[in-house]
Amino acid sequence: MISYIIRRCLLIIPMLIGISLITLIMMHFSPADPASIRYGLNPEISGSARAQFRELYNLDKPVLIQFALWLKRVVSFDFGNSFIDDEPVIKKIGARLPATLLLGILSILVIYLISIPIGVTSAIHANSRYDKITTVLVFIGYAMPGFLFALLLIKIFAFDLGWFPISGMRPWYVEYYSFFDALKDLAWRLVLPVASTSLVSLAGLSRYMRSSMLEVLRQDYIRTARAKGLKESRVVYKHALGNALLPIVTIASMILPSLIGGSFIIETIFAWPGMGRLGYEAIMNYDYPVVMGVGVIATFLTLLGLVLADIMYALVDPRIKYE
Amino acid sequence: MSKEIFKNKQILFGLAVIILMYAVAILAPFIATHDPNTLNLDPKERLLPPSKAHWLGTDDLGRDLYSRMVYGGRISLSVGFIAVLILFLIGLVLGVAAGYYGGWVDTVIMRLIEVMLCFPSFYFILMILAFLGPSIFYIMLVIGVTSWMGLARFVRAEFLSLRERDFTTAARALGASDARIAFRHILPNALAPVFVSATLALGDAILIESGLSFLGLGVQIPTPSWGNIISTGRFYIDSAWWLTIFPGFAIVITVLSIYLVGEGLRTILDPRLKRL
Repeated sequence: MISYIIRRCLLIIPMLIGISLITLIMMHFSPADPASIRYGLNPEISGSARAQFRELYNLDKPVLIQFALWLKRVVSFDFGNSFIDDEPVIKKIGARLPATLLLGILSILVIYLISIPIGVTSAIHANSRYDKITTVLVFIGYAMPGFLFALLLIKIFAFDLGWFPISGMRPWYVEYYSFFDALKDLAWRLVLPVASTSLVSLAGLSRYMRSSMLEVLRQDYIRTARAKGLKESRVVYKHALGNALLPIVTIASMILPSLIGGSFIIETIFAWPGMGRLGYEAIMNYDYPVVMGVGVIATFLTLLGLVLADIMYALVDPRIKYE
Repeated sequence: MSKEIFKNKQILFGLAVIILMYAVAILAPFIATHDPNTLNLDPKERLLPPSKAHWLGTDDLGRDLYSRMVYGGRISLSVGFIAVLILFLIGLVLGVAAGYYGGWVDTVIMRLIEVMLCFPSFYFILMILAFLGPSIFYIMLVIGVTSWMGLARFVRAEFLSLRERDFTTAARALGASDARIAFRHILPNALAPVFVSATLALGDAILIESGLSFLGLGVQIPTPSWGNIISTGRFYIDSAWWLTIFPGFAIVITVLSIYLVGEGLRTILDPRLKRL
């Protein structure tokens, strides 16, 4: 078990190499020169200042040396300073991380809380009208791009009904609120972004729960339980549900990457001050150090989540033994 | 099996919609009522709601939305198709290699898949397109290269079970080469489930393309695509809802149909699911 987790953590090494390599290759082939991005067309900045800048960021060295230097910095989580405002990258990311984690963790909770009951009930009533309706809804949710769902929510619940704010997380006036009012404001602003982020994985997970439950309901021990004359509700909720829930834990490996991938779009739509929007803006501004930092942290978070899911799986299911 | 396919309403509905969408995209010049790129900056022609003259209304630059959507389908559908072709080839080759040879080849490929699955691939797609400049060719390539893992795993699993079967041993006893056994004897038996996986990947590819277009990193304006029509429409969502709703509906119905076909085929192919 321990060795399995260590092996899983070691995956981070090829990933960091991969990210560094891709970013570097991109920088190398991109038509946009980082030094010109930093100083733009500002005539005040002389050629020597540009050269100095290139030296500072090792842009004048051969690619292989640059690569080694990048790696060294990545390992120590030092991504340098942003090209745009000279702030340390790690500080910028640190400032944005809480908003992303808040959104992500709440979305995971919502996904599990909604999809498990849907999956279980539609498996118990397989092929009933209820099952067919939820299946259709789930498929539509699956086929709907997250940004489209977000826009529909904004149109209906923000513009037409006016129930929720259109965008933003902490408006300036919250400063003057009491703690509870500020919390209430935040909760109110979280509803639409969380709903939008949850949709895609919600569909996948409830489908998965349904087939897992169906699989278990077909097992011999369920037949035995029924044959013993147990009440149907006891068979379903005591004998079947526990076993059907086990594989659901590992499904985090599917949810996490899609959550992080979705955050780049959803945070941009809702002007959410998270890491996804930071990454998107950095990409659009060719702010290479920030792009790189966000890439590394996003990968790191995904991996961390996966290792946690593995550990949880081993804890809930004593039969699981990782080699 | 073909009989079952033609009796399955879910598959028939999905297939009908997909064929219709591709037909519209191919025949776009004959079906469009206006030129998709002709601007009409007359304020009276801009952001018009659906009417007889403009079936689905006009956009912020006075262009006919219906015609832009007809042409926009070309982008979404062709990007999806080529991207799936690329991921199909990569996934097939790596999956066959892993499943047929096993051993260290399998280990290396499975590690690669694990690494790729943890990568925030959407972020990398964004990065590559932003830095190298968005072009339809890069979009197809990048989507293909970042999403072959599911298919490769599918192929591998099929090969692992099929290579132990008697017909494979028989072929080997007759002196067939590795490549011949893999591609002539095993592959045809593995193709059906692999095809299902590719169908689902087509839906995913179309969704990714729409997301990229929405962020402004897909095909560039003025060329229309469903995603970039919505990315303009989002600024008028309160007043000109048709700019978001109609292209959004086109994406959802197309991807939904693709998933319906894929799921329908899977139910037919998997005898365990059929008993339900």
